[in-house]
Amino acid sequence: MSLDPAAVRRIASLARLRVTDAQVAQIQGELNGILGWIDQLNEVDVTGVEPLTGGALMAMRMREDVVTDGAQAEAVLSNAPDRDGPFYTVPKVVE
Amino acid sequence: MASYTLEGSTGTWEIVCGLEVHAQVISKSKLFSGASAEYGAEPNSQVSFVDAAFPGMLPVINRECVAQAVRTGLGLGAAINLWSRFDRKNYFYADLPQGYQISQFAHPIVGKGVVEVTLSDGSTKEIGVTRLHLEQDAGKSLHDQDPTKSFIDLNRSGVALMEIVSEPDIRSPEEAGAYLTKLRQILRYLGTCDGNMDEGSMRADVNVSVRKAGEEFRTRCEVKNVNSIRFVMQAVEAEAKRQIEVWESGGEVRQETRLFDPSRMETRSMRSKEDAHDYRYFPDPDLLPLVLEPDWVSRLKASLPELPDAKTTRFVSEYGLSAYDARILVMEQATADFYETVARGRDAKMAANWMMGDFFAALNRTGRSIEDSPVSAANLSGLLDLIADKTINGRIAKEVFEAMVETGEAPAAIVEAKGLRQVTDTGAIDDAVEAVLAANADKVAQYKGGQEKLFGFFVGQVMKAMAGKGNPALVNEALKAKIG
Amino acid sequence: MFDFTLSEARDALRARKISARELTAAYNRAIASLNSQINAYITETPELALAQADAADAALAKGEHGPLTGIPLAIKDLFCTKGVRTTAGSKILSPFIPPYESTVTANLLRDGAVFLGKANLDEFAMGSSNMTSAYGAVTNPWTRRGDNRPLVPGGSSGGSAAAVAARMALGATATDTGGSIRQPAAFCGITGIKPTYGRCSRWGVVAFASSLDQAGPIARNVEDCAILLGSMSGFDPKDSTSADMPVPDFASACKRSVKGLRIGVPREYRMEGMAPEVETLWQQGLAWLREQGATIVDVSLPHTKYGLATYYIVAPAEASSNLARYDGVRFGARTEGGHDLTELYENTRADGFGAEVQRRIMIGTYVLSAGYYDAYYLKAQKVRALILRDFTEVFRDVDALVTPATPTAAFGQGEKMDDPVTMYLNDIFTVPVNMAGLPGLALPTGLDASGLPMGLQVIGKPFDEETVFAVSAALERAAGFTTLPTLRAGA
Repeated sequence: MSLDPAAVRRIASLARLRVTDAQVAQIQGELNGILGWIDQLNEVDVTGVEPLTGGALMAMRMREDVVTDGAQAEAVLSNAPDRDGPFYTVPKVVE
Repeated sequence: MASYTLEGSTGTWEIVCGLEVHAQVISKSKLFSGASAEYGAEPNSQVSFVDAAFPGMLPVINRECVAQAVRTGLGLGAAINLWSRFDRKNYFYADLPQGYQISQFAHPIVGKGVVEVTLSDGSTKEIGVTRLHLEQDAGKSLHDQDPTKSFIDLNRSGVALMEIVSEPDIRSPEEAGAYLTKLRQILRYLGTCDGNMDEGSMRADVNVSVRKAGEEFRTRCEVKNVNSIRFVMQAVEAEAKRQIEVWESGGEVRQETRLFDPSRMETRSMRSKEDAHDYRYFPDPDLLPLVLEPDWVSRLKASLPELPDAKTTRFVSEYGLSAYDARILVMEQATADFYETVARGRDAKMAANWMMGDFFAALNRTGRSIEDSPVSAANLSGLLDLIADKTINGRIAKEVFEAMVETGEAPAAIVEAKGLRQVTDTGAIDDAVEAVLAANADKVAQYKGGQEKLFGFFVGQVMKAMAGKGNPALVNEALKAKIG
Repeated sequence: MFDFTLSEARDALRARKISARELTAAYNRAIASLNSQINAYITETPELALAQADAADAALAKGEHGPLTGIPLAIKDLFCTKGVRTTAGSKILSPFIPPYESTVTANLLRDGAVFLGKANLDEFAMGSSNMTSAYGAVTNPWTRRGDNRPLVPGGSSGGSAAAVAARMALGATATDTGGSIRQPAAFCGITGIKPTYGRCSRWGVVAFASSLDQAGPIARNVEDCAILLGSMSGFDPKDSTSADMPVPDFASACKRSVKGLRIGVPREYRMEGMAPEVETLWQQGLAWLREQGATIVDVSLPHTKYGLATYYIVAPAEASSNLARYDGVRFGARTEGGHDLTELYENTRADGFGAEVQRRIMIGTYVLSAGYYDAYYLKAQKVRALILRDFTEVFRDVDALVTPATPTAAFGQGEKMDDPVTMYLNDIFTVPVNMAGLPGLALPTGLDASGLPMGLQVIGKPFDEETVFAVSAALERAAGFTTLPTLRAGA
C-alpha cells in the first residue's frame, strides 16, 4: 500500500499536524519507505492466531469506589499556557 | 396500536428510530480516577491529573462502575459478557484532554436485552437493546463566557457513563418517549443512574431515518445530545419531517450529525463534528481485559431490587389494583414503597384511591416530592386506620388530611385537638334528628307525601347539626326509624 | 572517588569513609566540567542534589539508611519529577513542571537516592542515537582508536548511558520500548536491564508505547543494576499493568552459579551480513558459560526477523494516541496565533514535535485508520502473538537465551540519518524481547577492532530476572571487561 499526497495530508490532519506543501513530498517518501518495509509482514501466515493486545497477560484489577483525588484546581491549572481564572482556555469553538 | 405514519406529497412515510442513551453512572468517584463524580462543583475542582491527561498518568478502573453496568444489564434482561475490553476512540476536542475517549467499542460489557413499553392506548411493544457499554464522559466547554475564547472545565472529564444502544425498533415519537421513560424508570429503580436530564446525567442521541412501507432502511442522521424526553419526541418528528422534505424535493439525505433546536422545533447540521469520522479505535494498552467472576455477577443479580414490570404485576395480583393504577403507583420506586407501607394490612384499594387522589393532589399543590412529603406514609396509614375503626367518617377524613398537609402532624392528634371524633352515641344522634324534623315540619310532610329524595336533605341537615361528626350509618338508621 | 561502583560507594557511605555530600559534590563537579562536551543532562539540579545528600548524611549519622542512601543518580528526563522540569527531550514539554513524582523515582527517593539531574534522551524516547532530542545530541564518551569524530551513545536512553559511562552519575534510570536501555548500554560499555513488563510501574513515566514501555536501570556493572532494579521495582496499584508480585533479592541472584543451566542460542539471531567480530564475541560468551557448567542449546525463534516491522506498527500506533494529549491546552508549549482550535492544535504540534516524532505519529495514525487497521495493526498484533509463542516454546527447554545486544558498535553522529529504516535496524536484537514482555540485560564483554565496546544480551523468562542476573554476572566475571572511555570524570 502506498500513500499519495492527499493521503499524507489527510493523515496529518487526523493527527493535527500542520504540514506545508513543501513538506508533503518528503513525508510521502519517508512514510512510503517505512510502509514498504513493513509490508514484509505479508509473508507471515497468521491464520487462526489470536491477536496479542497488551504487554501483560492477566485480568484487570479493580479499585474501590472511594474519592481519593481532585480538589487541586491550582495544581491542575498551574502548567496551563493560557487560563482564565479556574478555566483552561482555547480559541472560541463554534458548534 | 395503529401504526404511526407521516403523510408527504409522494405518499405515506414511516419513521425508523433508534436511541443511544448516555446515562451517568451513580458512583462516588470517576471511572478511571479517584476524583469525585459529584455534580455542580467549582470549575476544575474535581480533576485528577489522570482526568487532565497529564504525562505519565494511567487509568485504574472503578469496581462500583462495573457493578452498576452489570446491574443495569441484568435489569434490562440482557446478556452479561464476562470478558469485555476497553478501546480508545481517538479524536481531538477541547474538552477531551487525552485526545481519546476510553470506551468499549468491539467488546461491550453487556449484550442484547429488551425494554417493554406501554403506549397510551394500553398496548405494549418490545424495543430491543443492542448493547450497553461503559465509557468516560468528556469535560465541558463554555462558549459564552468570552468573545474570543471557549473555557474548559474538566470536572465531568472521566465520569462514568453507560451508553445504552437500542435497536432501530422505534416507529413513532410516542414510542421514543415511552422507551426513554421506561429506561429511565428502570435505571432509577436499579439505582444505577439518577435519570436527571436537567443536569445532563441522562441524554440521548437520536438516530432517525424515514422510509416508505416495505422499503429497506434509508440513510439516517444522528441528532446529538437531546436532553429531555419531550425534546426527544419533538426531535424525532422534526427530523423525520425534514428528511421527508429532502427526499420529496428530489434530494438525498446525507448521513451527518445534527443538533435539535427546541425553540425553533428544527434540527441543524453540526459543523464541528464534520471531520471526526475516523476514530481509529484500538484496544487501550494502559488497561487489561475486564474479566468478571460468574459468582460476582450472580451476587449482583441476587441483590437486584424488584423492577417496575414485576412490581406492577404483583400490585395487580396482591392488592387487586387495575393495571393502570398499578403502573401509576409503580412509576417511581419511592411512590411504590410509600404505597406498600400504607396498603399493607389495610384496604389496599382505598389506599390506592387516597394516594392517587388527595395525596398526589396535595404534592402537586405544595410542589413537594414524595421524599419530602408533608404527609408521611405512617400518617396516611394512621388516617386510614381511623376511618377503618370508625373513629372518623370519610368526610371528616378529608378535613383531617388537609390539616395533615398543613401541619405535618399525626391524624389522631388532629382528631383529638379538633374534637373530630365521630359521634356514635345514639342518644345524641336521636336528639339531632328530633331537632331537624321539628324545624322542617313542612319538608317532613312532603317526604311523607312521596318526595323520597328529601331523605338526603334530612341526612345533610343532621350531619350539619352534628358538625359533620355523626356516624353516617347511625344517622340513616335513626332517621329511618323516625320517618320510615 | 569516581572509581567506586555503586555497591562500593554504598558500603563506603555506610562505613562513613566518605560523606554523601563529598560524593555528590564530586559528581556535581564532574557534570559541570563534562556536560558541555557530552550533553548527557538536559537539566542539572546540583543544589537539590546537595540538599538530598545532606539529608542522606543526617540519616547515615543516625545509623538509619535505605538501600541507596546517598547514591547520586541521573534520572532519564522521561520520568516526571515533582517540581523539576521534565521535557521528554521534546520542545513541546519545555515549560512542563510536573506536580507529581513518578512511582519509580519516588521509590528511589524512598530508598535514599540523590538525584543529580535529568538525563538527555531521544525525543519521547523515539530513537536509537539520541540525535532526535530537542536539547541537542549526546556524545558517546568513547571514541574509535585514532579517530576523534563524535559517536552516538545509542538511544533512547543515551544521556543515562553516557552519564554512567563518563562517571557523571553512579547509576541512572532509563526506559526501554524497543531496546532503549540495552542498545545505549552496549554502545557505552556499561550494563542495563529492561525487566519484565509490569515489574516497574509506568505511573509518572511519559508514555511512548504503553504495551512495550518498561523502566529499568543503567549502571556500571551487573550487581549495581540488580541493586537499582530492586529499588525501582514493585507493585503499584496506580498502574493497571503493574504486576502484583514480590520483588526478589536481585543482588543475591548475581552470586548464583550457572552450573546446570540450559542456555539457548537462537539461530535466527545469526543475521546475514553480521560483522564477524559480533559472531566471535557471541561464541566467546557461550564458551565462558560452558566453562562455568552451563549447557548451550541451539534453539529457534522463527519469527525474529518480523519483530522490527511488527514493532514499527504497534509502537507508532500507541504513540500516535499517547501523544494526542500534547495539544497546548493544559500544559507544555503552545503556538499562539491560530484562528481556531484546529489551527491551535496543528501549529502547536507541528512546532513542538520534532521530525521523527511527527513521522511516527503519522505512521501510527495511518495504521489505525479506517480501512487499514486490519491490514496493519491487527496483523501486527497477530505476529506479536507468534513472537511471544516462539519464546514461550523455547523457554520450555532453556533457562535463558544469550544473543548479541546490537548488530554493530556505536556509529558516528550523523550516520544512518538518511533513511529511517536503516536507523530502525539497530534494534533488531532487542525489539522481540519487548514484543514478548521479557526481561533482557545488555553488558559489555569485549571490544571491536576499532576499540569500541560490544555487548551481549541475556534474555530471561517472564519475572525471572534472577536467572538473567546470574547468567549476566557469570559472563561479566569471565569477560573481566575493565576498559574505560577516554572522556570521563577522574581521568
